Amino acid sequence: MASPISFTRDVMLPQQLPPASQRGAIKWVRENLFSGPLNTILTLAAVLVVFLIVQGALPWLLNSVWVANSLRECREIVAASAGEGASGACWAVIRERWHQFIFGFYPPALWWRPTLAFGLMFVALAPVLYAGNQRLNTLLVGIVGVITVLALILLDGTLSHIAPIALLFGALTAVARLATGRLIWMTLLYPFLGFFLLWGGSVWGPVGVIAGFGLMALVYSALQARFGVVMASAAGFVAACVWWLGVQTIVTSLIHRVLPFGLEQVDSDQFGGFLLAFTIGVTSISVSLPIGILLALGRRSDMFLIKTLSVGFIEFIRGVPLITMLFTASLLLQYFLPPQTNFDLILRVIILVTLFASAYIAEVIRGGLAALPRGQYEAADGLGLDYWQAQRLIIMPQALKISIPGIVSSFIGLFKDTTLVAFVGLLDPLKGVTTIVRADINWKGIYWEPYIFVGAIFFLVCFGMSRYSMYLEQKLKTDHR
Amino acid sequence: MAIASDAPKDFRLSMLIYDTRFRAITIQVIVLGLVLLGLAWLLNNTMINLAAKDKDINFGFLANRAGYDIGQTLIPYTNDSSHLRAAMVGLVNTLVLAFIGCVFATMLGVTAGVLRLSKNWIVARLLTVYVEIFRNIPLLLWIILAYVVLSETLPTTADFRESAKLIAAGQPPITSMSFGGTVALTNQGLNIPAPFFTRGLGSVSFGDFSLSLSFLAVVAVVAGSVFANRSVVRQARLVQESTGVRPVTWWKSLGILLVPIALLCIAMGLSFDVPVFGKFNFAGGLSIDHAFTAMLVALSLYTGAFIAEAVRAGIQAISRGQSEAAFALGLRPNRTMSLIILPQALRVIIPPLISQWLNLTKNTSLGIAVSYLDLRGTLGGITLNQTGRELECMLLMMLIYLVISLIISSLANAYNTSMKLKER
Repeated sequence: MASPISFTRDVMLPQQLPPASQRGAIKWVRENLFSGPLNTILTLAAVLVVFLIVQGALPWLLNSVWVANSLRECREIVAASAGEGASGACWAVIRERWHQFIFGFYPPALWWRPTLAFGLMFVALAPVLYAGNQRLNTLLVGIVGVITVLALILLDGTLSHIAPIALLFGALTAVARLATGRLIWMTLLYPFLGFFLLWGGSVWGPVGVIAGFGLMALVYSALQARFGVVMASAAGFVAACVWWLGVQTIVTSLIHRVLPFGLEQVDSDQFGGFLLAFTIGVTSISVSLPIGILLALGRRSDMFLIKTLSVGFIEFIRGVPLITMLFTASLLLQYFLPPQTNFDLILRVIILVTLFASAYIAEVIRGGLAALPRGQYEAADGLGLDYWQAQRLIIMPQALKISIPGIVSSFIGLFKDTTLVAFVGLLDPLKGVTTIVRADINWKGIYWEPYIFVGAIFFLVCFGMSRYSMYLEQKLKTDHR
Repeated sequence: MAIASDAPKDFRLSMLIYDTRFRAITIQVIVLGLVLLGLAWLLNNTMINLAAKDKDINFGFLANRAGYDIGQTLIPYTNDSSHLRAAMVGLVNTLVLAFIGCVFATMLGVTAGVLRLSKNWIVARLLTVYVEIFRNIPLLLWIILAYVVLSETLPTTADFRESAKLIAAGQPPITSMSFGGTVALTNQGLNIPAPFFTRGLGSVSFGDFSLSLSFLAVVAVVAGSVFANRSVVRQARLVQESTGVRPVTWWKSLGILLVPIALLCIAMGLSFDVPVFGKFNFAGGLSIDHAFTAMLVALSLYTGAFIAEAVRAGIQAISRGQSEAAFALGLRPNRTMSLIILPQALRVIIPPLISQWLNLTKNTSLGIAVSYLDLRGTLGGITLNQTGRELECMLLMMLIYLVISLIISSLANAYNTSMKLKER
């Protein structure tokens, strides 16, 4: 019987690829670049922009000159190699003046000190950045150690500096590997160590300040059992103040006469370049966070007076430009302090920049506190925690986690704002140093190269900070969305 | 089961610290005492220091002759005017720069923020690069770079003089004016055509101030047109709500907005004063200082990057369900954007946007880097240095900045309250 169906396929056809216009690069291009008239115009405009930038910058970069003594010589070299009228970057200016951009007028023989301080900064940061992560801590300390030693070899090559520093970093890496938690002592010690390395002077000054903290702890532990936490900490604080303000200088100067250990003193006016930016930036960042937390708590406090003072302080600081605060540091502070007090301009600037940043951070943290559901506060109360326990164990960990992006962008803003210290006569890398370089008769008329160099370093630091905040957000993410 | 005992009736001194009812008062009293002590100490130091320098706190210097010139004066000013007048010129310069900067930065930022979310791969990447570069490099660098590039790459007036000679000799010139010979870019500044009215209405003067009537007429006509246009749009909405069909109004709007102002300009004889190269320099037209241009360019680009981030975050904050619901209702993508996403995103975008405007306004004080004489440059700069009245000048300057900031942020708060989601 003939089948009513004339043809039946009994073998499956092999699967075919989609048409050429619907797969691979062509599909991607059609969907992502030319999906409509508007998109096509945008694509063409973007390509034109990229082309113009590359057309202008590429020959300039390719004709770069690294070895020359003046801008004129650079131009001659470019003209000789690439023809008359060709443009070329003159990086020779960076090669000749890099040390001013990095160290300002810090004495060349002492460059190892800021370098070591910079390296140790990462060791001090490691327990904070990667809390409890043994692998990352070891990796960071080890890498920083290698880089620091390499930098020192290139910088001065004096074996008497390099050998002990290499040993120190070896020991620190071992600590990071074997007892990661112990690195936190380095963090606590770093403020004094950094100060001592940068400014030099007698070793007994920083030691005396540490001794003050030791005294505070001693008094506290002696009195805490009998008089309770509040009285004991108050007594410890008073005792430490008496030591710092009255006794310390006498004792340290006596010890210094017997055991004159110390490093050559470097004055603040020799600081400059990125050394200055990092000194101001890092100090202000680390001090402004705790002050900002206190201000945020003050602003949300039930106590009328505390709240009013916090609001007034925060709103005043946020209402005026940083530049007026810097001028206050350089012009007005001399009126507000007792006659003949003449303390360091860098320190004055650091204080004012810290106050400025802490007001902004307070507002960011206040946002985090406000974003917490009321239930969290009530649960803490329900557990019978007192105010500080509730803040420490329940509220702050969550509020700070919410405010990480804001806090880090405040830090980035602060670090960028360290360039403004140029206006009170400090030698920041952007305006201070570049102006000096551009005023040199050899480099008169150069502008792209120094600004690109400085801008690139700022970009690396700030971009790094924002990437780290993303990593932290990911790490601390506990919700299941 | 433990029963809470009554609070002890008799008062003991230790309750000041350990009883939560009294502790708050104790702490506040101690803080008040410390703050008052600190203030007294500062005040006392100030008195002693002022006495030692033989100075007093006196704002009388504001009436004295300033004696310095200001490049950009939008209200009448000569170097014979008072310091107060100079400060006001500076304030106007600050406000003008801040206003124009905010407008440009917002336009740039909104465009960049929306385009960063575009499906177009290359455009999105390009704008990401723009945002990251400008956000991570100090504003000061952009200001100085813009100024240096403007003043060192543009042709000098000598080039223009040389060119005039070459043209007379029938040879190709070194440089020429841009935009059909109407705009001259020199290393001194930008010379652009200045609009003026040949049959203007004159001006009335009130003492120090004079007000141009022609300007007032233009403002009045524009305001009237906008008002009339709003009533047309309202009418269209009423029709749409009752019939469901929206009448076409764009040509009416266009006519209402453009025709009256065009008629007024023709009536008053609008013409342009084009800059012309004279013997040594350009004459006529409007000369814009490079300091202003550089500040404007740098502030707009820098703040624009931050606004772009705010816009992007605001749009991304709207849950995907909203656009999916809109598509399910059959709305096209652009209607979804304008009717569903943007109205909701605006609520998220506006607060950071206003805080960026505030930042831009405060950042105008960086004009000191390129000698742009704003409030900080006049009152907090030259006046301060000439008179030596640091305390008074700084106090006054901080106060003015504070007032500007408070005005902007109270506007922001008012907007926030009115836009807040009305929940329960």
